[in-house]
Amino acid sequence: MTLMTKPGVEPLRVEPEAIEEAAKLLYIRACKVLPDDIKEGFARLDATETDATAKTILATMIENIGVAERMDNLLCQDTGIPIFNVLIGRNVQVDGWALKEAIAKGTARATREHPLRSSVVHPITRKNEHTSCGERVPVINIDFTDAERELRLEMIPKGSGSENGSFLQMLIPADGVAAVKRFVVDRVIQAGGKVCPPTIVGVGVGGTSDLCMHLAKVAATRPLGSRCTDAEGAKLEAELSEAVNGLGIGPQGLGGDSTAFAVHVETAATHITMNPVAVNIQCHSARRASATFTPDGIRIGF
Amino acid sequence: MAHHVLHMPITEEQVRALRVGDTVTLEDTLFGIRDATQIHMFDHGRRTKFDLHGHAVIHTAPNLRKVERSGTNHSGYEPVCIGTTTSDRMERFTRPLMEREGVRIIIGKGGLRDGSLDAFRDLGGAYLAVVGGAAALETTWVQAVEDVDLDDLNPESLYKFSIKGFGPLLVAMDAHGSSLYAAVNAEAARRRQAVLEKLGAS
Repeated sequence: MTLMTKPGVEPLRVEPEAIEEAAKLLYIRACKVLPDDIKEGFARLDATETDATAKTILATMIENIGVAERMDNLLCQDTGIPIFNVLIGRNVQVDGWALKEAIAKGTARATREHPLRSSVVHPITRKNEHTSCGERVPVINIDFTDAERELRLEMIPKGSGSENGSFLQMLIPADGVAAVKRFVVDRVIQAGGKVCPPTIVGVGVGGTSDLCMHLAKVAATRPLGSRCTDAEGAKLEAELSEAVNGLGIGPQGLGGDSTAFAVHVETAATHITMNPVAVNIQCHSARRASATFTPDGIRIGF
Repeated sequence: MAHHVLHMPITEEQVRALRVGDTVTLEDTLFGIRDATQIHMFDHGRRTKFDLHGHAVIHTAPNLRKVERSGTNHSGYEPVCIGTTTSDRMERFTRPLMEREGVRIIIGKGGLRDGSLDAFRDLGGAYLAVVGGAAALETTWVQAVEDVDLDDLNPESLYKFSIKGFGPLLVAMDAHGSSLYAAVNAEAARRRQAVLEKLGAS
């Protein structure tokens, strides 16, 4: 019984060497070029900001995006924790173990060959291997999609200032959605300027504790302009986006209207006894890069 | 709102002249310091060869390229990308940095807390906000990595940067008990109730 391929259709084979090269390229590119949706987010905030100090800070951030591109330099000195999302479509053939090794090799090569600061240490000894790699790092999330003969590799260098703005609360059903909203508002206040606003506030609602926090990360790293596919989640993100920008925290926590580009929500079904909520924050240097492998070749994007 | 150009190091009188809302451009010398640097200096009793009296430190850990030591470059590094990290994690080191090492200015992002504000008032110091995440721009203000100490902590070593036109930076906490962060936090706390009411979540 062979169910590997559809009859008559050659599967897309992705070699580990190609993954390694892509991983290296994406880590460096993500650190240097901000996605178009984030640039547009800056333009939108700049147009509506009313506070003078906040406008100056936004102008500096926008200037920095240009300097990084012109000088081929990193947007931010924090090379982050490297995260790779692997989205495997249908009729794709890949050696999963080799793929994981290739991602780590590409990450280490980017770190040594560019060079990039290795921001990754052992959690107890604090020893830095100067490879941006370590036990279970890069973080690799593997999922499957219905795209025919396509493998997508996404790279996110997740900055630590905003990652430290991560919070989980196992609320209970009696707390209701009101407590979910309160939790988000209060954690944004608590994070203040420490998470490098303007931010994307990622919110996970539902699932288990670990899934809930993962949803918050997915939400925080989603492109601006995208909406939660769940109608109730989409309603929540619109309400919360307006709410957090009414707090006056502003860019860098120095006051103003531009606290967040947006609040993004991701949802998952949960248990009858549970009402979990998680917040994970992405800083204004909301970096992403992607490589899409198809039979036509490799497409580099965000 | 005055603009100050400060050639480092500076005196207590110079730092006490800074007021919240003023802007500052630093010249000549700046030291880079981070979590591990200060954990080793103050928790593990290590001392630095640098004299930090009257100087400014920036909360950073840079991206560097290894080069040969030569001429005025005693560090063996050149800058790739130098930026600023979140200051709040290093809150408890402000007073010892000032008392033991004589530091006058801390540069960072996101602000420090009441303990630091007290230290700035008691000992004569200030916190200058740089725009976090604008490191490509910040790197253009750094001329060289002149020297390095405690380099086993790399990239969290203690760096001596030679700087030119480092700024403008915003005086966000001064020696007179004022903090922009405290003001913004108080305002956010004040607005919270109305925000929650609108959400139907008060």
